Formats: sequence, C-alpha cells, structure tokens
Amino acid sequence: MNEELIISGRENLMVDPQLHIWHWPIPLYLFLGGLAAGVLFFAALYYLLGKEEQYRTAVRRVPFIAPVALVIGLAALFYDLNHKAFFWQLYTTIRIQSPMSWGAWTLLVITTVSVIWCALHIREFFPDWDWKYGWLKDIEAFFNKHKKPLAWVMLIFAIITGVYTGILLSAFNARPLWNTSVLGPLFLASGLSAGAASIVLASKNREERLLFTRIDLIILGTELFLIVHMFMGFLASTQVQIEAAGLFLGGEYTMIFWIFVVVLGIIIPAVLDLMELRGKHIPALIPGVLVLLGSFMFRFIFVFAGQVSRWLY
Amino acid sequence: MRYAMAVDTKKCVGCSDCVVACQTENNVPIGYCRDWVVEVMDGTYPQLEIELRSERCNHCGNAPCVRCCPTGASHIVEGGIVLVTPNKCIGCGACIASCPYDARFPHPKGYVDKCTFCIHRVKQGMKPACVAVCPTKCMYFGDLDDPNSDVSVILKKRKSKTLIPEAGTQPQLYFLI
Repeated sequence: MNEELIISGRENLMVDPQLHIWHWPIPLYLFLGGLAAGVLFFAALYYLLGKEEQYRTAVRRVPFIAPVALVIGLAALFYDLNHKAFFWQLYTTIRIQSPMSWGAWTLLVITTVSVIWCALHIREFFPDWDWKYGWLKDIEAFFNKHKKPLAWVMLIFAIITGVYTGILLSAFNARPLWNTSVLGPLFLASGLSAGAASIVLASKNREERLLFTRIDLIILGTELFLIVHMFMGFLASTQVQIEAAGLFLGGEYTMIFWIFVVVLGIIIPAVLDLMELRGKHIPALIPGVLVLLGSFMFRFIFVFAGQVSRWLY
Repeated sequence: MRYAMAVDTKKCVGCSDCVVACQTENNVPIGYCRDWVVEVMDGTYPQLEIELRSERCNHCGNAPCVRCCPTGASHIVEGGIVLVTPNKCIGCGACIASCPYDARFPHPKGYVDKCTFCIHRVKQGMKPACVAVCPTKCMYFGDLDDPNSDVSVILKKRKSKTLIPEAGTQPQLYFLI
C-alpha cells in the first residue's frame, strides 16, 4: 500500500488534486488557431503554385475565416489571462525557450498577414468595394505588387502557427500526456484537415472539392498514423507516460476520445471522403462538419486530459 | 551562491506550523498557501512506514517555470531563488502547468504566486519563516557553496533525496531520510 495524504495546506482553490489552470478558452483558441493556419496554408500554397483562378474558393474566399477565427481566438486567450492589465508585457520581449512567447509574436504576424490577404480579395464579396482613402489604396497597391513574398510569409507563418499550438503543450514536462514531440505535427495535421474541410464545405466547384477531399483524406490518414505513433511512444516510455496514455486506454477519457476524435472525427469522414472519390455522391456537409468537430474535440480533450496527467512521487 | 533547504522527514511531526508561519509572514491570501505538509504511508499493517514532508517550491536549478514564462516575470535571482515579478506577470498560467511539484498558484490579484525562500528575510541574515518557526527544528537552510552552512553540514552528515529529480528540474529542496 502506498497512500499519500496532504495533511495541511495545498488547499489552493481550484488547484488540488491536479492543477487545472486552463479552461475552455485555451482549447477553443487552439482549435481556431489551427483552423486559421490550415486555411491560410492552402490559400498561400495554391496561390504560389499559380492556381489562383482554378481554386478560387481556397485562395480568395475561405481565407476570410482566418482573421475572424484569429480575433475570436485572441479574445479567448485574453479572457483567460488572470492579470489582464499586463498583457502587453508579452510584446516587450522575445523568449526563445518559451513557446508562448514566440507564439504571441507569431500570432501578431499571422493575424496581420491574414487581414492584408483578405483586404486584397475583398472584391470577391463586394465587387464595388472602394477604400475611400488614398493611403489605403496605396497600401493595397503595394501588397498587390508584392503578393508573392506576402504569400510566402503567410505560408511559413501558417505552418509555424499550426505547429506552435501543439508545441505550446508539448513543452510542459510536468504534464506527461502533453510531453511528446508528436504533438507539434499532430496539431498541425489537425489544423490542416480542418482547413481542407472548410474549403470543401465552402467550394461550389466540383474539381476544387475533389482536390481538397483528396487532400483531406491524406491528412486524416496522417493524423491517424500520428495518433497511433503517439500511443506507441507513450507505452514504450516511463511509468508516468504509460499512465498518461492510460487516460485514453481504459481511463476516464477513453470513450470521448475514441468516439469523437478517432471514429467521428477521422475514420468516418475518411471513409466518406474515399466514397466521394470513388464516385459515390456524399453531401459535402457531413464529412466537413465531422472533421471540424473532431478537430475541435481533439483540442478540448487533450487540454483537459493533459492537466489530469502528472508525475508520481 | 546556491541557496537550498533540507527537511528532516524523521524529525517532522506534521504540525503545519511552517504553513501558518509562511501565510503570516508573506501575507498569503486566505485559502492559499506557499508550503504544505504531505504524509506518505507505505507498507501493510502492522508494518507501516510514515514519511512526513514539508514541501514548497524546489527553486529548481533547471526551472521549467522560468523556461516557459513568456514575459520573463518568472526569473532566477542570485542564489538560485526563483521569483515572480507581479507587474511583469500576465497570469497566463503556463508556469503553473509546467511545475511538476504544483508549487505555484494564481494569486487572487491575478499574478502567479509562490514560495520565495523568504528572500526578504534571508537578505537580512535571517532564516526563512518556515525554518525559523519549526518547533522540532527539522528544517535547515543555507548556501550550498558554503561548506559551513546549516544545510551543507546536515547534507554531508545525513542521507537525503530530492523529489522526482528524473523530471530534470534539479530540485534544491532536500529531504533527509
């Protein structure tokens, strides 16, 4: 028998038995950040490949999701801060060892770039749009002229944003469930699949829909591989990580994880994507919504379960 | 200079005087605490073994809280003491999530709070409040670089352990066993 009692103190409100410091705003932001990263990645990629006309929705229309998602995500992050009046301290320093620090700077860049990108394509939605002020027109002309470098910046920062949402968690060795480097590519894949699903949902062009259905299928397969890979890593690791993995393998998060993330969020949409590509007509709404839901649930479950996992001593 | 603390698990009776002394000395808000006492029971009746530990921030040599702080509010001062600057702290909670000892908590005013090794007392040549008040004198504090300090002397004499050194934190809170 080994029993541990805290006989005094440590009655920190909301602290014990585990430190559950991050609530819904964090996973919500991680989802929206990943979605924005996915959407902007494909917009930049297909622009740089010279397929702007062919995949109009992906390059010109769907990116409008990104600034909205990022602003809501940033608002959620701000809401989550306990010492809000000092949030500007984030932008007085860059701390390379802190993913949250360079993540804050990355967000500043990607949000700005996404707003510029949308401004350049505003006539997709408002054909008669007029910027009214001369200096705004000058800015538009400037970025239109340098759209290629802008797209490169967007591509690179979209990848950084997607990876960073995972690295943010994997940097914490105190929470063994998060402490795996697979989380970076896994969150990136999850964000990219959410982005591809949004394009499939929004596009009215069959060719474009089929392309992004194919991409979505590949990413979902990668995600499944990474999840299996992650559990293999956990189970081959130390006792703390074996127990962390146990949360999903018989523990309290088992049902919700395998049902919402793996079955509903990956396997079923992957099968539906495959059927669509084989010529069966599937309403785009079903796999698209399922992928978004799976991506959303993945962040929630991971952030909450991670805070339950801990070192044993 | 390397400040450290040693707690004698054989002498500690778990009275929690250290907890109250800290709360009083540091004006810790009601309901919170910077140190706490853990009782670990091992074995099967009647062969039971009890270990009592007065725990707090380990002022780690490789502090994950300092590493992950996005603003530099969590920092290490001379002597290896880990501190938080309230006016630099944004209350994001990253350090709380990063501490394997769960030694930090969000102060009701918003910033993150924790044990300071009573740096304000140490600077004046006094012992930290918890050490000074202990009725069984089971706690030792001092500079590890000074071979004659209380903590150096007792660590040379007695067997000791730290908590989860395998977390890579290089903890500086020793438990005499």
